[in-house]
Amino acid sequence: MKEMQKDTQDASHYGEFGGQYIPEGLMNELNNVADAYNKYKDDPDFLKELHDLLNNYANRPSLLYYADKMTKDLGGAKIYLKREDLNHTGAHKINNVIGQALIAKRMGKTRLIAETGAGQHGVATATIAALFGMECEIFMGKIDTDRQKLNVYRMELLGAKVHPVTSGSMVLKDAVNAALQNWASRIDNTFYVLGSAVGPYPFPEMVHDFQSVISKESKAQILKAEGRLPDTVVACVGGGSNAIGSFAKYIDDKDVELIGVEAGGKGVDTDQTAATMERGTVGIFHGMKSLFLQNSDGQIDQVYSISAGLDYPGVGPEHARLAELKRAKYVGITDDEAVDAFEYIAKTEGIIAAIESCHAIAYVMKLAPTMRKDQIIICTVSGRGDKDVASIAKYRGVDIDD
Amino acid sequence: MTNLKEVFADKKVFIPFVVADDPDVETTVQSILTLAENGADIIELGVPFSDPVADGPVIQKADLRAFAAGVNRNVIFEIVEKVREISDVPIIFDTYLNIPFKYGYDKFCQKCQELNVAGLVIPDAPIEEQAELKPFADKYGIDLIPTVAPTSAGRIEKLAQAAEGFIYVISIFGAAGVSDELATQQLQATVQQIRSVSDVPIVTATEEVEKAAGLVDGILIENAVVKIIAAGGDVQKNLKEYAVNIKNNLAIKA
Repeated sequence: MKEMQKDTQDASHYGEFGGQYIPEGLMNELNNVADAYNKYKDDPDFLKELHDLLNNYANRPSLLYYADKMTKDLGGAKIYLKREDLNHTGAHKINNVIGQALIAKRMGKTRLIAETGAGQHGVATATIAALFGMECEIFMGKIDTDRQKLNVYRMELLGAKVHPVTSGSMVLKDAVNAALQNWASRIDNTFYVLGSAVGPYPFPEMVHDFQSVISKESKAQILKAEGRLPDTVVACVGGGSNAIGSFAKYIDDKDVELIGVEAGGKGVDTDQTAATMERGTVGIFHGMKSLFLQNSDGQIDQVYSISAGLDYPGVGPEHARLAELKRAKYVGITDDEAVDAFEYIAKTEGIIAAIESCHAIAYVMKLAPTMRKDQIIICTVSGRGDKDVASIAKYRGVDIDD
Repeated sequence: MTNLKEVFADKKVFIPFVVADDPDVETTVQSILTLAENGADIIELGVPFSDPVADGPVIQKADLRAFAAGVNRNVIFEIVEKVREISDVPIIFDTYLNIPFKYGYDKFCQKCQELNVAGLVIPDAPIEEQAELKPFADKYGIDLIPTVAPTSAGRIEKLAQAAEGFIYVISIFGAAGVSDELATQQLQATVQQIRSVSDVPIVTATEEVEKAAGLVDGILIENAVVKIIAAGGDVQKNLKEYAVNIKNNLAIKA
């Protein structure tokens, strides 16, 4: 957490959060990954290859688009959209996947595995595996494979094998369990490309670093466009990878308000929610100490959101720390509000944004009118919404099947 | 530190694994008693967790049956209390760190001491992350039993030296209970390394008892016992036959 004051007990922790709570069978490999990451993260050859791929393959830098119509319509702060949806494969996920896959290659690994919820991280991993000529297997909850069939097919087109996970609640957390188990059995040739800012050290740090390209760019772009930093940065939070990337380079700029938007599902105060920061308590799960939705016995709750990418019962440890330090604020948006935002941004700005991102948009729709016209919001559109069109239609009772 | 190590003094130790409340309290209590009466030296009682990342499908399914039965920590403690009315067979808990963390390490370890639970196997608490639990385990004399994996190269000495009670050596790559086939060479090499730095007893999980018994001090039976309970019918009769058979095989090697 380079941007925050160093008050951590060691490199693997963010205050009391973080750590490496993982079976012994993975400890050496985790340490190998950490060693490799620390060896290469400042290595000029590594950085050159990373930047080359980001700029010439993934289509970076992504636009910082001034949403003039939204701004006028909402009648408050100026709204800028950081267009991660314009990246190759259609989401911010590619930033991190390129970085981790380059580490994997340098470690001599020939096989990439990944978990995925909505499918965007799986698609990104399958894409880079194809590009690098690596074997690829993706673990995805059975329920998610059903609601994100298009992305399953994309992954298969890219040459990946998709495993529908039928254990537990058959969603993202179960896909993580399955991927961890598979990794433990194949560490000789396999690198686990973790998709969010979660899991044991060094994953939260790697994901932070590889996603920080979002805020690095947006900072330069807003300084060029407006001559000053934004007042507020808004991003959706599931595990928290796009949010940590959107926040990273602003963490030390205390006047910039950071807001993470969680999936409130049917309501933050209902049992059909994924609002970890608001409802969660400290626990230990998926290799990290962080905030989790869990019962008083310590059993992890089944969570709910219309968005497969956000229905994760935990959040990355750095977010838990940012909330504890009150450096970032976390709010919930319901399915209804997110679907309204999905339709609003499509009609107002001609952008079909991912339902995950529309949680952030929905909050901006509430926030902007309360701010002055000379104030600035940057909202990250973390992915494109093609994958969600069928879900939205279904939510609205529209039958779009042939 | 408990006297768990002493169980290994004069015999090859048999440790069956039973999931608490699978499929109900009475079956679990009776199964523990049956196993103890027929040769089990230590009982490893699985405390179900919603997301058992280190367990294979047989144990995962047993956990689901326990959840269907309404298992919670009070039920786990009730099971041990009922066993303690009749038997003082050594019991260890196998669970994930969030369970004691959420209950409070102090309270959890105190409860273990009250129930005469001798040790804890916690797969997601590698030695690097045991510092938060260890002071409470020490305070109440509960052994933290470490795991050594085939991928533990370079860590074995550290793990063995920190070991209390016994050390659990996994001979296969991946989650527990995925494969029951014994990787003999792997096991032999690991055992040699441990023995060179520590005299702590060594246990491995396998159903190939005769093959493993010459190498290690104790055998952990995971899937087989869980499967016998899952199959239903005359569970206690089947458990008795199984336990007697295992014990006989081990006795030959003792």
